[in-house]
Amino acid sequence: MSKRSLREHSATRLSLVALTVAIILLFLLLPLAQVLQQAFAKGPAVFWQSLQGEDTIAAIRLTLLVAAISVPLNLVFGLAASWAITKFDFPGKSLLVSLIDLPFSVSPVISGLIYVLLFGAHGFFGPWLIEHDLKIIFAVPGIVLATVFVTFPFVARELIPLMEEQGREEEEAALVLGASGLRTFWSVTLPNVKWALLYGVLLCNARAMGEFGAVSVVSGHIRGLTNTMPLHVEILYNEYDFVGAFAVASVLALLALVTLGIKSAVEWWHRDELAATRRH
Amino acid sequence: MIDLQQIHKTFGAFTALDHVSLSIPRGRMVALLGPSGSGKTTLLRIIAGLEHADGGTIRLDGQDATDLSARDRRIGFVFQHYALFRHMTVADNVAFGLKVRPRDSRPSKSEITDRVNTLLKLVHLDGLAGRYPTQLSGGQRQRVALARALAVEPRLLLLDEPFGALDAQVRKDLRRWMRRLHDDMGLTSVFVTHDQEEALELADDVVVMSQGRIEQIGTPADIYDNPATPFVYQFLGNATRLTATVQGGTAHLNGWQLPATAPDGPAVAFIRPHDWTLEDAATGANATLRHASVLGSSLRLDVTLQDGQDIEVDIRRDAGQAVPAAGSALRLTPNRVAVFPATA
Repeated sequence: MSKRSLREHSATRLSLVALTVAIILLFLLLPLAQVLQQAFAKGPAVFWQSLQGEDTIAAIRLTLLVAAISVPLNLVFGLAASWAITKFDFPGKSLLVSLIDLPFSVSPVISGLIYVLLFGAHGFFGPWLIEHDLKIIFAVPGIVLATVFVTFPFVARELIPLMEEQGREEEEAALVLGASGLRTFWSVTLPNVKWALLYGVLLCNARAMGEFGAVSVVSGHIRGLTNTMPLHVEILYNEYDFVGAFAVASVLALLALVTLGIKSAVEWWHRDELAATRRH
Repeated sequence: MIDLQQIHKTFGAFTALDHVSLSIPRGRMVALLGPSGSGKTTLLRIIAGLEHADGGTIRLDGQDATDLSARDRRIGFVFQHYALFRHMTVADNVAFGLKVRPRDSRPSKSEITDRVNTLLKLVHLDGLAGRYPTQLSGGQRQRVALARALAVEPRLLLLDEPFGALDAQVRKDLRRWMRRLHDDMGLTSVFVTHDQEEALELADDVVVMSQGRIEQIGTPADIYDNPATPFVYQFLGNATRLTATVQGGTAHLNGWQLPATAPDGPAVAFIRPHDWTLEDAATGANATLRHASVLGSSLRLDVTLQDGQDIEVDIRRDAGQAVPAAGSALRLTPNRVAVFPATA
């Protein structure tokens, strides 16, 4: 490479780095700083006080509960779907693959509406549910259902391309060596996808805690009962309680940062193994 | 002893195996030789239990194994791309087949460690036990795959294109080593290859396959000396294909009259380059030399026959013997000819 093209090369690199940094500052860090600034606008005391509200604590608790139910469910669903799709042949496989993408292609508001149409008082299962005194819409089960639906593709989308690329040979090798299906899953399939699974779960978790549209439709916004954190932020904001709104928003942002931190920590702990087994 | 009867397998409209029967005696090394799509890999996978035949039976040591799961067949399989467990070390890969055994037949931890060390020594990989597959060369990976397959003391070792992914020199060395290992350990092995040289050099028996059918089974000498069909001749190479006409049990070709069992009509004849005799052209020439080249101890002649067909002829060359000039007239007689009906 000549000197000139080397110089041009480093100029390109510099400008690309500068652009990336500028975008991150402008669109990621600045809003985050703004959220924190607004939350602490009237001092830490007011910030703390606004987080002490009964409704706020209920919203935080509900959001964590919904994530704690829907993320493990989607972990199992996503893993099962990816396993079935990539390791076995069966009729209707391509249909299943496109169905997995459905939650991404449908607007979340519509996903929520579908649940209302199915489980609402005037919905398809409505009369039966009322008869048996079961509440889904405007209650926690509805919020969980909507969240599970919206976050379903994250794990599967992360796993399918990887498992497709890895093929079936390692599973076949394990089978020929005498391993049972379950044993093969635990000692061959799962370890091979654990990183992708972790990313999928983190993405799924982030979306589960942050979902607004679908949850908004099925929740009913009952304070202290069916209000999740994103919904609560909106309510507080609409009531001109800016400190309260941004305080809750900063907690939501903090939760996202915590998940990112967990991911980095796990990667750091396993850095040797990652370096050894990652493809060149 | 492995006995396959009438194995049939289709994938959609494609017939991968068309009622194939094959017997593999204990202690032999058998090559399944054929072009891609001939069904050889499918046959290997059916023997391993990784694929299910649509029809036919498989017997392993006299016991019906047609519906036996791959887990329970006690067959070693070396995959073309090795299929090593990428997140396990070399030692863990080799130990896998022993570790997954049910508790009552599983060796103790120290026995497993001893076994793994012995096997790694056998495949010359002691010292690499703690490495991961990505840190190994192709030849080393292949040997790990082999050690892993041998760890469970398989009654039969199957190898899918075992040398296909290696470069030429490594391939040659591994081939010889593999053959010695087979003999030393008293294994029964079947390997799939599309390389006729590999099959003829390595195997006790060669099974030539084409389009889901077995064309010929025989020792390498059998297969080379007496190919049973035009396909085998063409696939093994090193033979000139000529057109001839058969009439009343005699093939007519360039003025020669050759014995033939093919029915009357157009026919094809195969002659190997070293199956010619060069005679004195003064008694009547029947060919013209286009080009002659010296290949060490033999002379390669590119010749056009009187009837216009081109052939290759290899003849012994003594040191100092003059090389005939291009354009000179020759008199050639074929020593061995195989004649088949042209439509076959």
